[in-house]
Amino acid sequence: MSGVAVHLQGLRRSFGTTHALDNLDLSIEPGEFIALLGPSGCGKTTALRVLAGLEDADSGQVLVGGKDVTALPANRRDMGMVFQAYSLFPHLTALANVTFGLSLRGRKRSETRAREMLELVGIAQFADRYPHQLSGGQQQRVALARALAIEPSVLLLDEPLSALDAKVRVQLRDEIRRIQTEVGTTTLFVTHDQEEALAVADRVGVMRAGKLEQLAAPADIYLTPATPFVAEFVGLSNRLPGVVTDDEVEVLGTRLPLLAPASAASVTALVRPESVQVTPDAGGTGKVLTTSFLGPISKVTVTVGDQLVVAQVATDRLTTLAPGTPVRVTLSPHPVALA
Amino acid sequence: MAGVIARRVRKQRAFRWTVLLVLGVFFVLPFVAMVEFSTRDAETWPLLFDWPQLSERYPALAEGITNSLLQAALTAVLMLVLLVPTAVWVRLRLPQLRRLVEFICLLPLTIPAIVLVVGLAPVYAWVTYFLGGSSLTLVFAYTVLVLPYAYRAIDAGLSAIDVKTLAEAARSLGAGWGTVMWRVVLPNIRSAVLSAAFLTVALVLGEFTIASLLNRTNLQVAINFLGKSSATMSVAVSLTALLLAFVLLLLLSLLGGRRRSSAAVAPVSPKETTT
Repeated sequence: MSGVAVHLQGLRRSFGTTHALDNLDLSIEPGEFIALLGPSGCGKTTALRVLAGLEDADSGQVLVGGKDVTALPANRRDMGMVFQAYSLFPHLTALANVTFGLSLRGRKRSETRAREMLELVGIAQFADRYPHQLSGGQQQRVALARALAIEPSVLLLDEPLSALDAKVRVQLRDEIRRIQTEVGTTTLFVTHDQEEALAVADRVGVMRAGKLEQLAAPADIYLTPATPFVAEFVGLSNRLPGVVTDDEVEVLGTRLPLLAPASAASVTALVRPESVQVTPDAGGTGKVLTTSFLGPISKVTVTVGDQLVVAQVATDRLTTLAPGTPVRVTLSPHPVALA
Repeated sequence: MAGVIARRVRKQRAFRWTVLLVLGVFFVLPFVAMVEFSTRDAETWPLLFDWPQLSERYPALAEGITNSLLQAALTAVLMLVLLVPTAVWVRLRLPQLRRLVEFICLLPLTIPAIVLVVGLAPVYAWVTYFLGGSSLTLVFAYTVLVLPYAYRAIDAGLSAIDVKTLAEAARSLGAGWGTVMWRVVLPNIRSAVLSAAFLTVALVLGEFTIASLLNRTNLQVAINFLGKSSATMSVAVSLTALLLAFVLLLLLSLLGGRRRSSAAVAPVSPKETTT
């Protein structure tokens, strides 16, 4: 199975006075895994639903494999979809759920194919169970098998992991990526969880108010955010006052390169916690306020004057950074965005 | 202390039994009286279950029974054909109209039958003009009459499932609207559809006012008519119709109970697979 290219061109969709999609353009390469990321109400789900044919765009075009499918109803678009809510048909077993789409297409040996798909998502042993006898994670696996069984030209995932608990979410997220790589279907994955998007996608699109703010590889989104919104939305950031001189900004006594030219002299710089170093120093200007244990890394909150600075440190260093310890705060010279 | 509690329990038990007994007498006594009265003539019950003889001796009653059964079946079918797709469509596409549709469906409950007939009479002049004066034309009026009960039943069934997501999932798998209705929605609201159908049958079998005032024949009209010439047979038929309605309502509550218990079954939570 090879993927097809998808192009969303100039999509607009309004609900009353709210513009869910505001002239949205998005191109997905054949076989690519794109994640749309954004806060609630940014239009990411609407974009996916317009692509699926479940929502009509007010204007714009949807091209799949070079063909204009804008006017095609959902049932003739050849797309597999996994929903946020559990969407398995309650009166059918897992196997019958997967066979459903195949039987509509009059496929022979649909049961064999359905069993193969259940095998692929790792729950062949539950084929005869009804949805209410399966856990949330298992139901979403069946839903994924059902969506892939029809060999769709595009796979659409509408926050399929958000109803699951943290451990299952990570497990299933990695499997979705494995399976997508295996079958090679062009995939659009909508999520509000930045970690999820950055972990699985080839490229991540950050949306805001119906528009794409940036579409780039996960590392680029994180390290070189195109806009302050992307910088703030993806990853934690300290908002620290700075003074611009030439192409740099001076923050807490360190000169940092700028991602984009500044328009004012006094600015607020967005500095990642991992760019902040905290060293115990009796003569330091900072003081540890709190520490939070997060596993292999930990979070340390420091006060520098009346400014709060969050730093990320290796957990084994926590013993030297008890609350009240005087510290020196330095910043790594990574390029920063301005708020 | 223990003595006080025991006395209170005994009192409560006595009160409970008294209420049950009074209610039992209130409801059962008319039945007993009907059985007693209808068995005074030994021929009545055997004749009631001997259709050829019954239709020969009481042709109007036989016609009433046939009409009512046909009316019940056709009303149930017409109601389902109209109501199920409408209720589903309102949920999927026009959720803002839900309250309005519910209000319209409940209207017949608030309008007395006699007022309905005043409104229906001129309509039925046209119905008779186009379709003839068959008693089966009452099906249209009965469909309106059963709307409040049927709508409530179907709406409750639709509330128990996520119709929108299920329909969208089926659509994305390639299902047209017909397939969505037939293979996805209907199987999941089966007990609600059966409830609506049973309520319709019970209501139509017991309907008298509209049929009588529009000069059509149904079971109740025939029983009323028969009461003037053969009282025992009329009481026997009434009792049978009552029992039939009772059985239908019993089936309904059994269905409701099964639905509740199946919904109450906590989903087993087998361990996540670790593949």
